[in-house]
Amino acid sequence: MTQEAVLQFKDLDVKFKTEFGRVHAVKGLNLEVRPGEVVALVGESGSGKSVTATTALGLLPKNAAIGGETVVGQHSITKLNGKQLRTIRGNHVAMVFQEPMTALNPVIRVGEQLTEAMEVHGVAFGREAWSRAVDLLKAVGIPNAERRAKQFPHELSGGMRQRVVIAMALSCDPEVIIADEPTTALDVTVQADILDLLRSLKDKLNTGILLITHNMGVVADMADRVAVMFKGEIVEHGTAEEVLLHPQHPYTKRLLDAVPHLGDGHGQFGSKVNPVTTDELALEVRNFVIEYKRQGKKPFRAVDDVSFDVRRGEIVGLVGESGSGKSTIGRALLGLIPAHSGEVRVLGQDLTKLRGQELKKLRRRIGVIFQDPAASLNPRLPIGDVIAEPMVVHKIGNAAERKARVHELLDAVRLPRSAYNRYPHELSGGQRQRVSIARALTLNPDLLVADEPTSALDVSVQASVLEMFTDLQTEFGFACLFISHDLAVIDSLAHRVVVMQYGKIVEKGTREEVLLDAKEEYTRRLLAAAPVPDPIEQAQRREERHRLLESLGDEVVELDTRELDQ
Amino acid sequence: MTDNNTPQSQPVTDEESQYSVEDVIDQTTDKSYSQGQLVMRRFFRHKAAMGGLVILLFVIVISFTSIGFGPIPGWWDKDFMTPSTVQNGGAPTLKLWPFQIGEHPFGQDTIGKDYFALVMRGSQVSLFIAFTVGIIATIIGTTIGAVAGYYRGLTESLLMRTTDLFIIIPALVLAAVFGRTFGSNVPILAVMLGVISWTGLARLVRGEVLSLREREFVAAARAIGTPSGTIIRRHVLPNALGTIVVNATLLISSAILTETAISFLGFGVRPPDTSLGLLIQTYQNALTTRPWLFWWPGIFILTIALCVNFIGDGLRDAFDPRQTLD
Repeated sequence: MTQEAVLQFKDLDVKFKTEFGRVHAVKGLNLEVRPGEVVALVGESGSGKSVTATTALGLLPKNAAIGGETVVGQHSITKLNGKQLRTIRGNHVAMVFQEPMTALNPVIRVGEQLTEAMEVHGVAFGREAWSRAVDLLKAVGIPNAERRAKQFPHELSGGMRQRVVIAMALSCDPEVIIADEPTTALDVTVQADILDLLRSLKDKLNTGILLITHNMGVVADMADRVAVMFKGEIVEHGTAEEVLLHPQHPYTKRLLDAVPHLGDGHGQFGSKVNPVTTDELALEVRNFVIEYKRQGKKPFRAVDDVSFDVRRGEIVGLVGESGSGKSTIGRALLGLIPAHSGEVRVLGQDLTKLRGQELKKLRRRIGVIFQDPAASLNPRLPIGDVIAEPMVVHKIGNAAERKARVHELLDAVRLPRSAYNRYPHELSGGQRQRVSIARALTLNPDLLVADEPTSALDVSVQASVLEMFTDLQTEFGFACLFISHDLAVIDSLAHRVVVMQYGKIVEKGTREEVLLDAKEEYTRRLLAAAPVPDPIEQAQRREERHRLLESLGDEVVELDTRELDQ
Repeated sequence: MTDNNTPQSQPVTDEESQYSVEDVIDQTTDKSYSQGQLVMRRFFRHKAAMGGLVILLFVIVISFTSIGFGPIPGWWDKDFMTPSTVQNGGAPTLKLWPFQIGEHPFGQDTIGKDYFALVMRGSQVSLFIAFTVGIIATIIGTTIGAVAGYYRGLTESLLMRTTDLFIIIPALVLAAVFGRTFGSNVPILAVMLGVISWTGLARLVRGEVLSLREREFVAAARAIGTPSGTIIRRHVLPNALGTIVVNATLLISSAILTETAISFLGFGVRPPDTSLGLLIQTYQNALTTRPWLFWWPGIFILTIALCVNFIGDGLRDAFDPRQTLD
């Protein structure tokens, strides 16, 4: 490849001045993106990947000290002033953000947001700009583009919104697009569509793409070249095949080992899941219905006639995309949302019919782990108090016994006992989630409801938390309803799987039945859309998915350049 | 996460932790900073707030020790009730260079009372009213706001409509009515002001609680089976502390001004007792002939109100560090 690079980082070095001293975020980084090429910048949180990308737009806050150079096309970003920067942004380099709902202004129509960039850069004005905006929407595969352009962001679905954001990035025909975790906030089937769209973008428009992600599956699906970042430095750099299939650096190896692999089943992280030996039920859900009341409209049925059960010592995975009602079920089991009708039997007692003291007694038998460990721990309480709280609420034990139990649990979740006096903000994400798991286990529950317990964590942290989780399950023998959108995670630990869509159960059965030999169309779509961290295998899976979509009568999403040529 | 802190302080031997994104918890020490301690640290580094705090403490100490309070005598030999002969037209004897305090540092009023003693008494009354109002209004406002925000539904409607009712009654009219009924009883005046000035805080606390009750740690507490009262006390209110403390200080400074206004209109504190507002009202026409009679109470009102506001400012920055990053 002899083409001139469209984006170059030369010895880039970024330091932040903060309240607690200097943070060296990027340490002498060299990287370039050529036209028509996708370079993936991979790393876990705190690796400096987003900071690196942000320098290309000159958008870092004032407390950052930037050394080295970032070059877009012919322009060195670090040497430009405000006005010159504005002509570069959008025109030469554009950004696709992670969360499309926050990247779009909720009070401005989609079409107007698209025309804004064009008018600022003098690409087109007035009616001409509007018709180009409509063309852009058509090009990124939005049906009824004329009507959609007049709508507000909240009227579009998540995938549509991300397409609008991509259309915005394309509006001034930039040479390079920076995609910062463009699919992290999206469901897996939508993610596959957006990736298809981005791929067609580099093929048809010859745009260079810097893809920032933590998802190895996305990397395998998209990237030509991969740079792995760790604590501000690139530790490994090469083509996707080289890095993903033959990693050299120990960090890359560790990272790839930590990625759960759909189809590999139990024991991926070195700990076996115990087989279920009993038929005794820990949780029995029958014809369960949950409705949300809406003013002036008929109630919304979030969960519709759902039945499933969990045996003692069994992990049941509840899978679905956003809006499928999986978390609603979890919350209803905890008594946070009232049930409309149906039965929920926990250890033989109907949860929906109990009141007062009896209900409180039954609650002791259920533990809970939430998704975001930062939000689910009270920031004002030290860890010891957080873990002991269930014992305080249910008036179990005296101070010394509680402390002993907390120490026991800290050992079980592999945190040092010195964490007892620390506060949640002093711990990292994975450590906080361990605290949350310890709290859930304080009262030795028979049933654990885990609502996306690892989806807010980094891959390597997720692996260690999952390993610890299966170990604890073997040790304590609790039954678990494991709610997740990630099929690979479910695959690594569940005995049985329940798949949900639009509040109804689509398919349920053993792990092997559902994940290896799915019967229902929706499950097959879901499985086909989940990317694996192996570029060759992923290319095959992509072909298979496209065949599946064709056989189901759907189109593959790609950029329609005919719309842009006019 | 500071730069290079782990590799140097403890040699890492195994690959496992060398390439971990998680920071290792330092096991050698139990030292930890709670959020409260972090807030204190930021507060003590806030120069304006610390200045305000020192000056306010100085005003409080000097006003209460100089002429004494209740039966306790002070170190100043004159009191604020006894007239004496007017010397030198009652002009202040305080001089900065060469420094001298003299017989009447702040001067004398028209009938020869020592003006320093009068201003000190006025400050005492104003501070007493301000802090009483702050405490009462904070307690009422926090309770009503927290209950309304946490329970929602009918409770919320009733409490918030009551709040609206209190808002539409003009404070001055109420003060006038109570002032006529109870005369110059300072404690009753303070309590009355407190009972009508909690409304803003109640609305703010309700808003804060509305967002806190949806947080996952509250859901986690409910799922454990924690009673509502405990959730409010242990999980919700400590996290709303920033809003509450900051607004309490602002309430205090506005209470000083409200008392001043009411006394100025003649409905508040009455002679022979005095307050800063009353002193200003009495000598508002003296500005041209005996300006010190106007300036001294004016400066004290300004100093107290400004100091409390600076402290509130510092507290707000300390509780919400995102605002101060620049």
